[in-house]
Amino acid sequence: MKGSLIIVGFFIIGLLCGYAGIVDISRLGFDISFVALAVLIFLVGIGIGHNISELKKNLRTLRPGMLLLPLITIIGTLAGALAVSLFIPSRSIPEVLAVGSGFGYYSLSSILITETKGAELGIIALLANICREIITLLGAPLLCRLFGPLAPISSGGATSMDTTLPIITAVSGNKFAVLSVYHGFVVDLSVPLLVTLFCNI
Amino acid sequence: MVVIICMIALGIVAGYFLRRRKLRYLDNIVMGIIWLLLFLLGVEAGSDERIVRWIASLGIEAFAISLGGVIGSSALALILWRLTCTNDSGKGGGR
Repeated sequence: MKGSLIIVGFFIIGLLCGYAGIVDISRLGFDISFVALAVLIFLVGIGIGHNISELKKNLRTLRPGMLLLPLITIIGTLAGALAVSLFIPSRSIPEVLAVGSGFGYYSLSSILITETKGAELGIIALLANICREIITLLGAPLLCRLFGPLAPISSGGATSMDTTLPIITAVSGNKFAVLSVYHGFVVDLSVPLLVTLFCNI
Repeated sequence: MVVIICMIALGIVAGYFLRRRKLRYLDNIVMGIIWLLLFLLGVEAGSDERIVRWIASLGIEAFAISLGGVIGSSALALILWRLTCTNDSGKGGGR
């Protein structure tokens, strides 16, 4: 929660600086956002490669059917986003699906979408995916009561391995921690692929 | 976008070779770059008058999309829970 507030804080400071004209990135002569993004993705990859053996070990303790949870999350999210897109005629269906495919991974998805679709959709992606994290953090107890113990994990999307992991284990129980991390990891991997896919349709 | 996919693949390979070492500052560096990128996104948005004027309505759209995602994925998660958990003790989450 504190993490997402800091994120929003940086965004708002940037917004004010841009509005006031204090910072002008167009004068730099190169696309600093893209360079920073490439470095970020590389580092995210290092994090994944670094933890791969630990992840494999934990996976063996899970029920086979539950390994499908990331897929369930992806399909459910896209179905939900598709339903919402019917009420937003100003956006195309792939655009809404691209925003939905962030699965709470606001930094990466909003940046990827900004690069291909422009700042406006990028900001929707940022807000939508921060919302998803906040809804999960605040709504986990309710989701667990209405939809069962797997729901907070699904709702957390890519964040189920880090920021929403504490609330998930508190609400659904400690035995779901490994599933939650595995789920976050797989959904996390799908973000760049799905966002890129929907941005290029 | 090819660059992005290549970077993540390179990263995974590099991370795999570094797996015996402790990467103490990795998370902090990642967080720092995320902050920088969101600051830059803010700058880009702030200097675009059209976006500044519409930010409230963009927020409503964003909220609707995220809520759709949460409800859709949770509903399917319930189905999976019912299917995989036929003889497990208790249904809802025990605290």
